[in-house]
Amino acid sequence: MSLELFLFLVFAAVAAVSGILMITRSEVVMAALFLILNLASLAGLYLLLNAQFIAVVQVIVYAGAIMVLFLFVIMLLRPEHEKIVTKISGIRTFAFIIAALVFVQLAYVILKSHPGSALNSDVTASVNAGTVESIGTELYTNYILPFEAAGFLLLAATIGAVVLAKRKFE
Amino acid sequence: MLYSIEEFYSILPFIILSTGILISVLIEMYSSKSEKILPWFSIIIFSAAGFYSLLTVNSMSVIMQGMLQTGGIPNIFHFVFNFGAAITCLLSVDYIKKYGAFFGEYYILIQISVLGMMCMAGAKDLFMIFIGLEVMSVSFYALAGMNRKRLNANEASLKYFLLGAFATGFVVYGIALIYGAAHSTSIDVITASFPAMSGNVIFLAGVLLFLIGFSFKIAAFPFHMWVPDVYQGSATTIAGLFSTGGKAAAFSAIIASLAPLFAGSVHVFMPYLAVISVLSMLFGSIVAISQNNIKRMLAYSSIAHAGYMIIGLAAGNHAGIAGIVFYLTAYTFMNLGAFGIVSLIEGNGETNLDLNSYAGLSEKNPMLALLLSVFMFALAGLPPFAGFFGKYYVFISAVKGNITWLAIVGVISSAISVYFYIRIVVLMYFRDSQSGFTIKNSSAGMLAVIISFMLVILLGIIPGSVINLISSFLN
Amino acid sequence: MSLLQLIGITAVKILIIFTMMMLTVSYLVYFERKISAWAQNRLGPNRVGWYGLLQPFADVFKLALKEDIVPTNANKPIHTLAPVIALFVAFTTYAVIPFGPDISLFGITIPLVVADVNIGILYVLALSSLGVYAITLAGWSSGSKYSLLGGIRSSAQMISYEVSMGFSVAGVLLFAGSLRPAAIVLSQHGWMWNALLQPIGFITFVVSAFAETNRLPFDLPEAEPELVGGFHTEYSSMKFAGFFLAEYANMIIASALIVTLYLGGWQVPYIESIGLPAGLVIAIQIISFFAKIAFLLFFFIWVRWSIPRFRYDQLMSLGWKVMFPLSLINIVWVAGLIMIFRL
Repeated sequence: MSLELFLFLVFAAVAAVSGILMITRSEVVMAALFLILNLASLAGLYLLLNAQFIAVVQVIVYAGAIMVLFLFVIMLLRPEHEKIVTKISGIRTFAFIIAALVFVQLAYVILKSHPGSALNSDVTASVNAGTVESIGTELYTNYILPFEAAGFLLLAATIGAVVLAKRKFE
Repeated sequence: MLYSIEEFYSILPFIILSTGILISVLIEMYSSKSEKILPWFSIIIFSAAGFYSLLTVNSMSVIMQGMLQTGGIPNIFHFVFNFGAAITCLLSVDYIKKYGAFFGEYYILIQISVLGMMCMAGAKDLFMIFIGLEVMSVSFYALAGMNRKRLNANEASLKYFLLGAFATGFVVYGIALIYGAAHSTSIDVITASFPAMSGNVIFLAGVLLFLIGFSFKIAAFPFHMWVPDVYQGSATTIAGLFSTGGKAAAFSAIIASLAPLFAGSVHVFMPYLAVISVLSMLFGSIVAISQNNIKRMLAYSSIAHAGYMIIGLAAGNHAGIAGIVFYLTAYTFMNLGAFGIVSLIEGNGETNLDLNSYAGLSEKNPMLALLLSVFMFALAGLPPFAGFFGKYYVFISAVKGNITWLAIVGVISSAISVYFYIRIVVLMYFRDSQSGFTIKNSSAGMLAVIISFMLVILLGIIPGSVINLISSFLN
Repeated sequence: MSLLQLIGITAVKILIIFTMMMLTVSYLVYFERKISAWAQNRLGPNRVGWYGLLQPFADVFKLALKEDIVPTNANKPIHTLAPVIALFVAFTTYAVIPFGPDISLFGITIPLVVADVNIGILYVLALSSLGVYAITLAGWSSGSKYSLLGGIRSSAQMISYEVSMGFSVAGVLLFAGSLRPAAIVLSQHGWMWNALLQPIGFITFVVSAFAETNRLPFDLPEAEPELVGGFHTEYSSMKFAGFFLAEYANMIIASALIVTLYLGGWQVPYIESIGLPAGLVIAIQIISFFAKIAFLLFFFIWVRWSIPRFRYDQLMSLGWKVMFPLSLINIVWVAGLIMIFRL
C-alpha cells in the first residue's frame, strides 16, 4: 500500500464518517463541528489530488471563516431550545431519492472513466496546475472577466446585506 | 486582458456601467442627498451604455480570451436591459418615497443587477453565465426585500432567495456535468462537440439541469411558485424589473449558450420545452383570471408570457430565436409600462392594488386610463401593438419547426388571456369609481410611462425592420 | 536523502522546536511577571529559586494539582476539546517558520525549518483561522454567559483582524513572489527588510497580530472587569493551563512571523561579506533570529503595560475603518514600488 493510498483512505474515511455523524446529531453545534471536520478532511483529499491552493483555501474559507459564522448564529440563537413545530412528511423520502440520484450519477461517472484516460495521465501537469502561481496566472489572464465580475457579485452582496440589516427606516 | 483599442470599444458598455457603479457607491457614501442624485445619475449611465450598445450593434466580435461576445443579439439585449432599467429608475424617483425605500443603495443594486444581465447576454463561456446570473440574482434578492419593515417584502425576499439559490444549484450542477462530458466550459467548444455528445447521458442530463435552473428564472410553469408572491411583496417598480429584465436576461443566457445547439438538426430538448411551454401558457392565463390583485395578475400573465417565448426555443430554428428576441423587447416595454402605471396609482402603504381601484379611472385620470388600455391590449396580443407581432413571430417559427400544435395551443391561451386584460379596460371605462382616492402627480413616472408607450407603438409600426435586423445576426 | 533519513531528521527538528517552545513559554510567563513588576515599580516573583527562576515550575505544579471543575451546564466533550485545539494550533503553526539557513551535516543538506512547504504562509493563515474555534467553543461549551460573550467577542475580533492581516501579508508576497517562508526571508537580503520598505503594512500587521493573539490593548475576550475571565472563566487546572500555554505560544508565533515577514528572518545584513568562517556566520544568523524574537516578545509585554484597553466598538471600527484601508493602501504602495523600481 503506497503512502498516497493510505492517506487517501484515512481522509476519505474521516470525511465519510464525519458526514454521517453530522446528519445524525441532534445537537446542532455537534453537527456543525462534524461539518468542520468533514471540510477539513476534504482539504486533505484536495492535497492528495495536487490541488494545494484549493486545499488551503478550503480550510481558510470554509472551515475557517464560513463555519465560524455558522457557529456564531447557532450559539446566539440557541436552537436547542426551539421546538420542532411541524414535521414535513415525505421530506425524508424526497431527500433519499435525490441522494440516490446523485449517488447513481457519481457511480456511473466513476465506473465509466478509466485510469488510462487523458484526464488521469499527466501528473506533472496536474502538480503545476495546482500551484498558487498557475492559478493566479490563469485568473489574471484568461479568466480576468469572470474574476472582475465576481468582484461585483461580492459588492452587490455586501451592499444588499448592509442595506437589509443596518439601514435606518423612518 | 485587452489587447487592442477595438476590444476596448467593444467592452465599453461594461466599462461605462461598472465605473458608474463605483462612482455611485462613492456618491452614496459622501453625499447626504444621494437618493436624489442617484436616480438621474443611473439614468445617464444606463442611457449611455444602452445607446452605445445600439449604435455598435453591427460590430460583432469575441473578446476577453473568448469570454465575451459583443455586437449582434447581445447588444440588442444590452439595450433592452439598460433602457428597461433606465425606465425603472425614472419610475422610482417618486415611487420609492411612497414605498418607504427612499435611499440610494436601491439604484446601486439596480445598476449591479444590469451588469450581471449584460454578462449573461454576452457570455461565450459557462463561467460568465453563472457569474452573471449570480450578480443579477443577488442584487434582486436584496431589491425584493428593500423595505425591511414590511412583512410582504420580507417574505418576497426570502422566497426569492431560497428558490433562486435552489435554481442556481441546478444551473451549477448542470454546468458541472456539461464540463465533465465536454472537458470545457467554452460554449464554442461545447457546441462543436455537441454532435458527438448527443448520445452522452451525462451531457444531456447536464443540459437538462441547466434548462431546469433557467426555467426557474424565466418563471415557467412547474418552477413558477415564487413569482406571484415575489411580485406582490416587492416594490412595484422592482417587480417590473424582475418580470422584464430578469426574464430577458435568463432568456438571453439560454440563447447565448444553447442557440447554436438548437440551430442544428438534433433537437432532443423539444419535448421538455414544449411541455413546460404549454403548461406555462395555460396555467398562467387561467389562474390570472381569478386574481383580484393587479400585481398578482401581472405575475401570472408573466408566467403565461414565458410560455409563449419558450415556443420559440421549442421550435428550434433561427426564426424562433429571432422571435424571442423581438418578443422580449416588446414585452419589456409593455410590461414596464403596465407596472409603471400600477406604481403611479398605488397609494401609500401598498394600497389601491386591487382591481376595483381601477374602476372609473377614465374619469379620474383619462391619460393614465388610455395608456393602461394600450398596454393591456399590447399584452393581450391584439394588433397593431408590439405584443401582437411578438406572438406572431414566435407562432410562425413553431409552424416552420413542424410543431404547429404548439402554436395552436398558444393561440387558444392568448384568447383566454384576452379576458383578464380586457376586464381592466372595461373596469376603467364602463364602471363607476368606488373609492375616492386621488392619484399623486409624478412627472418623472409619467415620462417613463410615455416613453414605454412610444416604444410599444414604435415596435408595432416597424416590426419588420426590427425582426430583419435580428435575423441578420443569426445567419 | 532516503525516506528514513528524512523522517529521522524531521523528528529531531520537531523535538528540538517543541522543547524550545515549551521552555520559552514557561519562561515567558516568568518574564512577563518580571517586566510588569519593573513597569509598576515592584519586585515580581523572587521566592522560588534564585530570583524566582523556578517560579514557572511551581506554577505548573500548582495547576496540575488543582481540581478540574466542569460546570453542570457545560458540554463536556467540547469543553475538553477546546484547549486541545488551542494548543494544537499554537504548536503546529511553527512548522513552517525557518529559524536559520540551510546547513550541511554529514553530507546532508538540512533546511532549518520543519516543513519547507511552498504554501507556507497560507498554511499559517489557515491554522490561525482554525484557532478561532478554540476560543469560540470554549466560550460556548462552558454554559456561562460570560464565557459565551467572551467567545463571541473574540471570534468577531479575530475574523475582523484576519482580513487586514491577510492583506498586509499580500504586500510581502508581492515582493517575495512566493508563499514559501524561506523565499520570503531570502528576498529581504541586506537592508531590504519589509519593515523598512513597507512601513504601513508592517504597522497593520503588528497591530493585527496583537488582536489575533488577544493581547492587550485588544484583550477584550477576557476583559476582567466586564467578563470575569472571558472565555476561560469556567476553566481550571490543566485545561486552564492549556489556554494559558497557547496564549504565550501564540505570542511567540506572532513574533516569529513578524520577524520572518518583515524583519529579515534569520538574516543579519551583510554578514556574509565580512569574511567570517561559515559555521560562525550560521550561528550568528540563528542567534539573531532568536534575538529578534526576544525583542518582539519584550515589545508585546511592554505594550501591555503601556497602553490601556480599547472599548469594543473602538476595536471594531479600528479594525474595519483604519487597519483594513491602510493595508489596502499598503498593497498599492508596494505595487507602485515594484512598478517604479522593477524590484
